[in-house]
Amino acid sequence: MTKNILLCGVGGQGTLLASNLLAECAMEAGFDVKKSEIHGMAQRGGSVVSHVRFGERICSPIIRKGECDILLAFEELEALRWTEYLKPGGLVISNAQNILPMSVSAGNARYPQNITETLAKISAEVTSVDAIGKARELGNQKCLNVVLLGVLARHVDEIKPEIWPEMIKKMVPQRLQELNLKAFKTGWELA
Amino acid sequence: MKQSSNRAFLSGNAAIARGAWEAGVRFASAYPGTPSTEILEYCGTYNEIDAQWAVNEKTAMETVIGACYGGARSLCAQKHVGLNVAADPFFTVGYTGVNAGLVIVSADDPGMHSSQNEQDNRYYAMMAKIPMFEPANSQEAKDMTKAAMKMSEEYDTPVMLRMTTRTSHSEGIVSLGERETAPDREFVRDMAKYCVLPNNARRLHAKVEERLKKVAEFGNNCEFNRIEAGDTRIGIISSGISYSHAREIFPKASYLKLGLTFPIPTELIKKFAESVETLIVIEENEPFIETAVRVLGIKCIGKNRLPVCGELNPDIIHESLKEFVDKAMPQTTTMPDVEIPVRPPVLCPGCPHRGIFFMLRKLDCTVTGDIGCYSLGAFAPHNAMHTIVCMGASITNSLGIEKAMKDKIHGKLVAVLGESTFMHSGITGLIDTVYNKGRHVTMILDNSITAMTGHQENPASGRTLKGEPAKVLDFAAICHACGVTNVHAVDPFDLKTVEATLKTALADSEPSVIIARRPCFLLKSYKPRVRLVSINRDKCVKCGICWKLGCPAIEVNQQDGKTQINQALCVHCGLCAAVCRPGAITQAKEEA
Repeated sequence: MTKNILLCGVGGQGTLLASNLLAECAMEAGFDVKKSEIHGMAQRGGSVVSHVRFGERICSPIIRKGECDILLAFEELEALRWTEYLKPGGLVISNAQNILPMSVSAGNARYPQNITETLAKISAEVTSVDAIGKARELGNQKCLNVVLLGVLARHVDEIKPEIWPEMIKKMVPQRLQELNLKAFKTGWELA
Repeated sequence: MKQSSNRAFLSGNAAIARGAWEAGVRFASAYPGTPSTEILEYCGTYNEIDAQWAVNEKTAMETVIGACYGGARSLCAQKHVGLNVAADPFFTVGYTGVNAGLVIVSADDPGMHSSQNEQDNRYYAMMAKIPMFEPANSQEAKDMTKAAMKMSEEYDTPVMLRMTTRTSHSEGIVSLGERETAPDREFVRDMAKYCVLPNNARRLHAKVEERLKKVAEFGNNCEFNRIEAGDTRIGIISSGISYSHAREIFPKASYLKLGLTFPIPTELIKKFAESVETLIVIEENEPFIETAVRVLGIKCIGKNRLPVCGELNPDIIHESLKEFVDKAMPQTTTMPDVEIPVRPPVLCPGCPHRGIFFMLRKLDCTVTGDIGCYSLGAFAPHNAMHTIVCMGASITNSLGIEKAMKDKIHGKLVAVLGESTFMHSGITGLIDTVYNKGRHVTMILDNSITAMTGHQENPASGRTLKGEPAKVLDFAAICHACGVTNVHAVDPFDLKTVEATLKTALADSEPSVIIARRPCFLLKSYKPRVRLVSINRDKCVKCGICWKLGCPAIEVNQQDGKTQINQALCVHCGLCAAVCRPGAITQAKEEA
């Protein structure tokens, strides 16, 4: 068994913390884990992606096109950008949020319309969730990443449900634990 | 550091720092550069390692050489092009050898995720005759750092650890060990070893050749270069991340897995080549191993099939070597027939560089640029940069351009660089400009931090890597001392003054410097006073001048084409209010 999960989003959305948590949970569950992402530009509003792979033995840290089991998109346009990695019939979990790239906000390109419908046509399963709305309800939109992790957790049977909150407690600073545990639960129940 | 019992999930860079700590390293130095930056940041988290940011890679290299001569196990790290800057001492320490151990990390950037070229620094090891390890994953990064330190002391040589973006930034499970206590070695005067005068250097070169033979013998019989027997129809020689990718595509093949790639283990290669039917060399960028194989008269498949340009990944390896793979390429999801706008990185909301580029464009300047966040000034909508070559090149590029174009360019030419880049290698160019009678304008964008690589302290920050207070460099005084008479200081948010100062400086018949000083908006210690910005959309006439700022918080409404401000992103820097002609965007007079 090898599980391939691709997390994509926009710099500043917290994809890196989410992928760290996911990787630590998979490690805690006893798997070999590899993760790959490119740093350096992440703070500057660029497109960001993390590959997380776990199983008995993982060699390459990179997911092959067509072998991604779950695409966890923090932003709709980014979901579209990375669909080629999805295996036929793979699952897309998408945060219902649009962040305009500079080319669009400057009026030089158009943001694609009806992305959820487009995705539904090409992949077997699409779960669109208002994670950003839920994060704002919780009082801090920065916990968007952990809300999405909660949604993801429901679809990752290989990791026991109790591991996730355990690792959140272990990895998130004390003062943010309560918020993040709530965020995780909210995501879990959204799924 | 994330840890669970004796295992941790670490990036290659974090694993190197851990390896350095376990190997008893006491001193480390670097200039930040993606993908190597985090190595020193992680080194700094260990109390036992004195870790510091140097002003450039050459001073870092020279300092660690001094530290290893002085008896402390030491490490320096740089990105591939950083080793160009440090090449001079790098070659020489290859001759002198070490006292305490010395490990030199080069983190290359195949695919150029954040670099100006994809030079393959394995050739540096070969040219400087310095042994080199190439880890394939985080565990190996830690193990090989320790092995390199051991080799350094045993063979009296610096040892290079060659990383790539993927090995530096990928993470994996690493088993942890304890710190080895290394007794300090005494520094005794040894003129024949440490003073590379011609007579000594001649003897040292002969010593280097002898040393390499011994390391080569080790390389043919060590755990880091190993044959992994499998199906003998296909034999693969590989190293670094390429090995990890190849394993995914050819799980059953035989492998010669190389971890110590210089000196190349020729005996092992011969033995392996004889044992397999088809020999394939899988490596990223240049045919470094392949050339060595061919020199032995051994036929192999390599760069005749695999690309020289860019990173490798399992898909590329599969596609390039299709007929040797016993499975089909994976079926992919068909991309929807929709135009997907690109999302390149942009200057952040509140970035102090933004207004500078707006003004340089407005005054139609010819701008020689440099390496840092402000490189983004080359892109639309700023379009305000004509050249970017390497760290520090902005000032000297301008000097050269005015030498070539003379009166055709005078009054138009501006060199733009950040304060960290100025200290790195801009100061020498400024002296050159004054001495050789250049007259272009130099703009130092001082945001108090090395920002592009993720906020590393520098002599403008007032803090060291370890967080201790430090003296702040006086940039105006330095420029004066270089011989620049007209040194101006401006607040980059004060566009009127920026414009007036630029005009004065451009008209000057002498070289001048404008220091634009305001901290990076992302600095946690920076607490700007906020005057709220708002828009009266009825007054917007769609003139588009605010769009030229390239601010992520300024959006064109997709329905009416007028400007709207994204309040979630806006930090109220007020630049858009300053440029708005019809007065639709305004900034409050009072602080919020």
